Amino acid sequence: MKIPIVENILSANDRLAEENARLLAAEDVLAVNVMASPGAGKTSLIVHTIEALRHRARIGVIEGDVASRVDADTIEALGVPVVQINTGGTCHLDANMVHGSLDQLPLAELDLLLIENVGNLICPTDFALGERIKVMISSIPEGDDKPYKYPAMFAAVQGIVINKIDLLPYVEFDLESFRKLVTGLNSGVQVFEVSCKTGEGIPAWADWLASAIAEMDA
Amino acid sequence: MHELPVTQGMLSIALEHATEAGAHKITAINLVIGEMSGIVDDSIQFYFDFISKGTLAEGASLNFERIPARFRCHSCNIDFSPPEGRWVCPECDEWSVDIVAGREFYVDSIEVE
Repeated sequence: MKIPIVENILSANDRLAEENARLLAAEDVLAVNVMASPGAGKTSLIVHTIEALRHRARIGVIEGDVASRVDADTIEALGVPVVQINTGGTCHLDANMVHGSLDQLPLAELDLLLIENVGNLICPTDFALGERIKVMISSIPEGDDKPYKYPAMFAAVQGIVINKIDLLPYVEFDLESFRKLVTGLNSGVQVFEVSCKTGEGIPAWADWLASAIAEMDA
Repeated sequence: MHELPVTQGMLSIALEHATEAGAHKITAINLVIGEMSGIVDDSIQFYFDFISKGTLAEGASLNFERIPARFRCHSCNIDFSPPEGRWVCPECDEWSVDIVAGREFYVDSIEVE
């Protein structure tokens, strides 16, 4: 006998992600899932975002890494509430891990929750966390052909931060064709060119987040 | 890759529906997986053989229906497969698309006794 089902394989994760989204919405917290390959500048971007927005928004951070507390210590030094998740080998955060972290954060006192996912351009795409906004960082040294290799990630996000633009003179990276590729695949996406080294482009990125926070409160 | 949680998700969906139907054995699980989902069939089978032991699904065959990626051009509305390394519409040479297939990732049905 055949039983028709048609159910997403990760539906259990999706249900928990919806629960996380409800918890966050109840406290008017804008959650942002920050995804990128290892070394693209996720922690650096989070540090710059905190510095740019800390007088306009109350910020918390969830740090996802396979192992270590290095990134959480960096964030903690800024005086921002942070929870470190060590996935112990798992290549992505999932809704259950984030659910456990929400209890450890003062949600009622936050406007923005930055969730740094595990460095990986494949798996995090499939696991919703309860975030309102997905963003990815693609850095100049990674090359301009990444959308061909990871289309699902580039198509899934609302914002793409091109980091390390200070390296453009030294690396072959065709900014125009990269923009054409990603906007062709994802017509509504916002693209930001930044350098976490020089701070260039950070204000535009921070303003975009600030307006998303304002929309939540409206 | 995350084949283990995927396999666990798939197994628990299959077991839930089989139990609801009062089945005593699952003989097959039919999966629909888009090309862009990046899941490796052999790994799923490997994990499945291991974690399904002692359940209704032990020994079930896993059937993968693979769906190729398809894009739909915003300009001329035709569907096409993305050419390797060069993303433009074969009809109008524009590049502005929706992904219409290739991201499927679900348990389509199970076969039970």
